[in-house]
Amino acid sequence: MTMINRLVHQGTFLPVLTVVASLIVIWYAGAVYLNSTQLIDRYQKKGVDWDISRLAQDAWKMERPVLPAPHQVGVELKKTVIDKRVTSKRSLVYHAGITLSSSLLGFALGTLLGIALAIGIVYVTTLDRSLMPWIIASQTVPILALAPMIIVVLGSIGITGLFPKSVISMYLCFFPVVVGMVKGLRSPEPILIDQMRTYSASPTQIFFKLRLPASIPFLFASLKVAIALSVVGAIVAELPTGGQGGLGARLLTGSYYGQITMIWSALIVASVVSALLVTAVGRLERIALRKLNGGQAVAV
Amino acid sequence: MTQTVQPGSAVVHTANLSLEFSTDDGPVHALSNINLDIAPGEFISLIGPSGCGKTTLLRVIADLETHTGGEIQVNGVSPREARESRAYGYVFQAPALYPWRTVRRNVMLPLEIMGVSRPEREARCAQYLDLVNLGGFENKYPWQLSGGMQQRVSIARALSVEPELLLMDEPFGALDEITRDHLNQQLLELWRKTGKTVVFVTHSIPEAVFLSSRVVVMSPRPGQVIDDISCNLPGERTLDIRETPEFLEIAHRVREGLKAGHSYDDD
Repeated sequence: MTMINRLVHQGTFLPVLTVVASLIVIWYAGAVYLNSTQLIDRYQKKGVDWDISRLAQDAWKMERPVLPAPHQVGVELKKTVIDKRVTSKRSLVYHAGITLSSSLLGFALGTLLGIALAIGIVYVTTLDRSLMPWIIASQTVPILALAPMIIVVLGSIGITGLFPKSVISMYLCFFPVVVGMVKGLRSPEPILIDQMRTYSASPTQIFFKLRLPASIPFLFASLKVAIALSVVGAIVAELPTGGQGGLGARLLTGSYYGQITMIWSALIVASVVSALLVTAVGRLERIALRKLNGGQAVAV
Repeated sequence: MTQTVQPGSAVVHTANLSLEFSTDDGPVHALSNINLDIAPGEFISLIGPSGCGKTTLLRVIADLETHTGGEIQVNGVSPREARESRAYGYVFQAPALYPWRTVRRNVMLPLEIMGVSRPEREARCAQYLDLVNLGGFENKYPWQLSGGMQQRVSIARALSVEPELLLMDEPFGALDEITRDHLNQQLLELWRKTGKTVVFVTHSIPEAVFLSSRVVVMSPRPGQVIDDISCNLPGERTLDIRETPEFLEIAHRVREGLKAGHSYDDD
């Protein structure tokens, strides 16, 4: 209730509501438009008289629509999220859990790798020159092409399950972290570095007392990008692993069996998972930055 | 009027000190043939227009820049050795406080780095915050303080190291005149109480004359010393002294020196 109060009070409630309402209207209209070819074909074969209102009604309750109507996706979501037990293989919560765990592991590994590489780049001149081009090149390889190979290669040396999928999330995650952290570790002004020199501070002391705290705002900006990428990575990783579960596997199953509604509900759950993760990182960011600014509120 | 300092006892001793930066447009003589001896307990101002090398000279003393010619000794050793033995405290143009540290933890930063024990850190922090009249502000964060208070914290931080030599690079340059006058008085009081050697960079004539026991006038291209003036103003002085003939005479001589260095030329 307080949340809604705040939304109304801040004047964001109405705009958000308007956008959501128009999206739903567009979605319903789109469902009629995209499903019409199929329906009109059917009407003509059967010689049925039809008008636009009949077309709309039929379009919104098709068994195998090209674009399901919002309420159809809603029904599917209720069935797979609320009605099914969480342990059931048909529960989207179960599948979301699988995707979530490999995204989080990949996110953690990617963040650590990114920070480690950034430290190397900032402190070792040779790494600065040699690593960065490779890091950038790594992101130009389409992840969709790379993912099956990583799964197969790791599978052939006996590593299966969660880890190979996390490797793919990690592969996407480390990049924004490296870029942000390199910038962040280099962000202290020259005057602060000079000051450390007047204290004859060791490189380790400069790192922990100055560079690392100064990099935190940059780290969080990167983490928000990375956490969303980690979900993408986990889903992409689940596509070649097929039946093992996860939202990616669910998407694949949906497309095998032409269950478009199933794909849409998996997509919606995936975006809800991403949104929750991004929000969580955003909350942490706010707390961290507040502390970093001596308790002063910060615009994020 | 150049003061003579016994060789060997000088806090800072330079002979034909020079520094050349190489830039894309060829070498720049930032410092040229600087001969300067600073005795213990002196308050020396380096004054001159922008680009005269006064800050560079301070940075060479602090081992933040390395000279390219001549020689320099700080406490009888090289600037590097002096820096490594933590012989000086340096106050920068900006307060350079850490926003995530309270005033207390900002003052304790150099002490943490130097491995001073915790009780000692606390004691020194309290002592030097009192000295700059900031007792009671220990738990505030930098953003909660005015610019003048922040700069006083940075002075307390430099003093907490308990150096015999204090290097100050236009520490009050960014402050308004009223705050600046106030801090000048406090600094003078501090110097009288502690007897430290101070090297103070400024481009304000009244500030230099008011504070210093000696004013060194510098001119640019190349950066060199063009006058070295002793100020024998009474030890105990207030801002009113700036109206006296003695003060005005010294200020006049500084101004003449700056003029002779063509520092009023349009660039």
